[in-house]
Amino acid sequence: MQHRYFPHTEADIKAMLQRCGVGSLDDLYADVPEELRFHGDYQVPSQMSEKEVRDFFDGLGRRNKQLVCFAGAGYYDHYAPSVINTILSRSEFLTAYTPYQPEISQGTLQYIFEYQTMMCEMTGMDVSNASMYDGTTATAEAMLMCVAAARKRNRVLVSSTLNPAVRRVIETYAHYHGVVIDEIPNHGGVASRDALADMLAKGDVAGVIASTPNFYGILEDLSGWADLCHQAKALFVIHTVPADLAVIKTPGEWGADIAVGDGQSLGMPLSYGGPYLGFICCTKALMRKLPGRIVGATTDDAGQRTFVLTLQAREQHIRRDKATSNICSNQGLMALYAAVYMATLGPKGLREVAEKGYHGAHYLADRLQATGKMRLAFPEDPFLNEFVMHCDFDIDEFIARCVAAGILPGVKIAPDRMLIAVTEMQSRSQMDELVKIVESM
Amino acid sequence: MSKIYYSKTHEYAKVDGNVAVIGISDYAQHALGNVVFVDMPEQGEDVTAGEDFGAVESVKAASDLIAPVSGAVLESNEVLLDNPRLVNQSPLADGWIIKVEMTDPAELDNLMDEAAYAEFCKQESH
Amino acid sequence: MNRKLYSKLIFELSRPGRRAYSLPRTDVPETAAALPDVLLRGSEPALPEVDEPSLVRHYVNMSTNNFGVDNGFYPLGSCTMKYNPKINEEMAAHPAMAGLHPYQPAETAQGALEAYFTLQQLLAEIGGMSEFTLNPFAGAHGELTGLMVIRAYHESRGDTKRTKVIVPDSAHGTNPASAAVAGLKVVEVKSHPDGTIDIDALRPLLTDEVAAVMMTNPNTTGIFEHGIPEIARMVHEAGALLYYDGANLNPLLGVARPGDMGFDVMHINLHKTFSTPHGGGGPGSGPVGVRKGLEQFLPSPRVVRRPDGTFALDAPNTALGSVSATLGNFSVQLRALSYILSLGNEGLKLAGPLATLNANYIKESLRNLYKLPIDRVCKHEFVFDGLADKSTGVTTLHVAKRLLDHGFHAPTIYFPLLFHESLMIEPTETESLETLDEFIAVMREIAREAAEEPEKVINAPHHTPVRHPDDTQAALEPKVKYSDLTAK
Repeated sequence: MQHRYFPHTEADIKAMLQRCGVGSLDDLYADVPEELRFHGDYQVPSQMSEKEVRDFFDGLGRRNKQLVCFAGAGYYDHYAPSVINTILSRSEFLTAYTPYQPEISQGTLQYIFEYQTMMCEMTGMDVSNASMYDGTTATAEAMLMCVAAARKRNRVLVSSTLNPAVRRVIETYAHYHGVVIDEIPNHGGVASRDALADMLAKGDVAGVIASTPNFYGILEDLSGWADLCHQAKALFVIHTVPADLAVIKTPGEWGADIAVGDGQSLGMPLSYGGPYLGFICCTKALMRKLPGRIVGATTDDAGQRTFVLTLQAREQHIRRDKATSNICSNQGLMALYAAVYMATLGPKGLREVAEKGYHGAHYLADRLQATGKMRLAFPEDPFLNEFVMHCDFDIDEFIARCVAAGILPGVKIAPDRMLIAVTEMQSRSQMDELVKIVESM
Repeated sequence: MSKIYYSKTHEYAKVDGNVAVIGISDYAQHALGNVVFVDMPEQGEDVTAGEDFGAVESVKAASDLIAPVSGAVLESNEVLLDNPRLVNQSPLADGWIIKVEMTDPAELDNLMDEAAYAEFCKQESH
Repeated sequence: MNRKLYSKLIFELSRPGRRAYSLPRTDVPETAAALPDVLLRGSEPALPEVDEPSLVRHYVNMSTNNFGVDNGFYPLGSCTMKYNPKINEEMAAHPAMAGLHPYQPAETAQGALEAYFTLQQLLAEIGGMSEFTLNPFAGAHGELTGLMVIRAYHESRGDTKRTKVIVPDSAHGTNPASAAVAGLKVVEVKSHPDGTIDIDALRPLLTDEVAAVMMTNPNTTGIFEHGIPEIARMVHEAGALLYYDGANLNPLLGVARPGDMGFDVMHINLHKTFSTPHGGGGPGSGPVGVRKGLEQFLPSPRVVRRPDGTFALDAPNTALGSVSATLGNFSVQLRALSYILSLGNEGLKLAGPLATLNANYIKESLRNLYKLPIDRVCKHEFVFDGLADKSTGVTTLHVAKRLLDHGFHAPTIYFPLLFHESLMIEPTETESLETLDEFIAVMREIAREAAEEPEKVINAPHHTPVRHPDDTQAALEPKVKYSDLTAK
């Protein structure tokens, strides 16, 4: 059988078997006990041509519905400039492995260095790693950093306003790793600083995880949090949305030790859940506790600026069970995605994106309130581009009507509450159409 | 007058009275290569004989530091944070890592003296 | 490439006033409400301001300093650097998939759910398992998830004292690291000189405190663990589960299935066996499969097929909980699905044997010049313990660097830890006889150089964009962002 991915002709195989002193391909597996051999056919269709593969995916695609997206909850519909896919499609980037050989991996190493720089600029932190899988696992790693740095304390306080999807993942890690999670209560959608102070008073807390913007889209005022944490010798972690950091106060400015979150908001396709990008940044003091790959600059023997993987002694391939984390790869290509996105938009473009979301969201929130059938769940709290609406009608029926009109109106987060996000992607007429459906309810 | 003892994991304890100065041996720094970072406990923490209290890192390796004796850390050599190369240049003097107030000096009996350690290293390199 | 123009960092190209973006007009009235100052950042982030043509040249030139599978032979052991088919990229970016929000109603994402479910079933068939989750984001994440599945299983039986996991000393570093993150203590079991597990050393370790034994089969020396039926029996008798690290699954395509060998839980690296591109380190995908009876311990969310043939996204409160918010790296899964359909039953059955043939061909062609510590038929990869002639001063590192001069990626070096000078070669099935012959010729030439002009090898590489980077300087004074370079 000849397949387009295998170069071997019958003659090649024969010659190669001869060099190996083996009679047949089957004989290469003489050491596999016969009882373990798989001799049948896989219940897998016969090989497909490219056309057939394409038809198969087109068929799947027809069973999806393309919707105007007002859903967020951590993942936002932003415009992706064309240059990004052109650059990501470069085989030299796409088909390379982790840059173990710096001499022939300067492309990967340099874009990671640029990515690290940009993430430090966005978050206001000293150090970024080369990226993590996604925002949920990055937050779990931040939690593990807190516990590792505290050595003997294993309690971590988590804001009740943190995205519940993130919360579920860190709870899984906490359960198996022996970390105790306590929840910081919130008043009106904002985590309570007074409650935090009380909870820290016992002195057994390794870290505190706050969130701004939080799950409800609210920008929390975290003034004083860092001092409270540091007085109690706890590390202060802020979970955030990087695109919003173009305008909102940074984790660095709030005094955080660690900043984490999902990089999807940096123009990444929603793609039904991934791949996205986890980011984790920290202070210089915590640099050696940071999980994952880090790229550093040095020089080569001709004095040229050169990039290498550095501080590798923290990592699993050297430290094994004592490593800071089990993470092996990073989200490589998605770090390139984020870097090219941020380079394309620049500080002005990112600000414009945030402002368009801000004005759009406030326009839509006002119009929805004006229907008298929805009202802001947290009317006193400031938000950027995402907000919670309390609904006086059946949300499932509402979502069904919207979907029929080609609109995804948001995410249902409670029986009577919708979380709604606006970006630069939704036009006024699309918002007005959404308002019309609300009026019909 | 101080006396020096060595462990099988290549840490030394230079003992004067009840205080032991702990570091890694010349043999160990040689085997490890250029030291780029030393992870060490802070003053006031306790270390336990036979358990790790930190690590020494070179570019592509890391080695746990195993306490030769138990006790409370009186001082850690913070100069190493800026200049970890001292561990290579002067392991037994300027490159020391922690000073410990020993809780059980009898633990020294489990360690080797200079001559026994020299013999031990000879065995190791074969 | 003009280095003066194109070896800069993007920040060095920045000039205030340049821009590479365009955004849709704002057509809503601007709100009068302003955010309070305390919530705003103090100064603009120092991101680059560049025009589009300069930006594209910057990154395209940067890419030419890189080496991927599309550039040439990449025999990186244990990484399975096979060809990444181009149709997979197009299917991953399919416009009917790329725009789906992970929280949109299942009724509007039936095609995506069917893709996930179909791949899940195909992997279960290939792995000989009952069910897979595709949610884990990478191999190491799959390992961690698999170990959590195992812990959830023991916990469900009220067996809480099983806190140890046995890992061979030849294992990938991720195994012990994943075990530690999952809260398990690692116990190492010795290998025989041929890299296979020492069953007599394993037996006394199998106490009632052992949750699992992790194995890679073929192991990291490329040898099939023929003792696996007995090991599986022993492990199960001890009440523990047997975990299959799928890093080396490729040579078993068409030959054997982990489920049939007695493994209870396994992960697969889609970026290895199923050809999704490594992307300079990710995104990967690490699906986890379980044998019958363990399905309820898989993480949430799961995709289920309803009796009417439609698909639902089920987020039950499973024993394990969640390791991801979504269904994982979905577009990576689409690539693997496209690949499996392209290969089909016939192609899958040929992939493993051809990978094994390629590895043995290189091994047999170089065995006189390089030290072969395990002289047996290997599977997809094998390990040389450096050059046969140890008198030249040329080490494995030097050989690896000299290969770069010849336009090949280096093999994996100094792993596994069983040998001092490990040089681990995995060619994969997508390399032609001509490529292998040229690689063999170069390896022979390097052996000749080592004997006759060792300095040439020791000082390699000579022809790469950069040479001999100073790793010590990088680690002593870490410079990890642009402002670290410009400070002082």
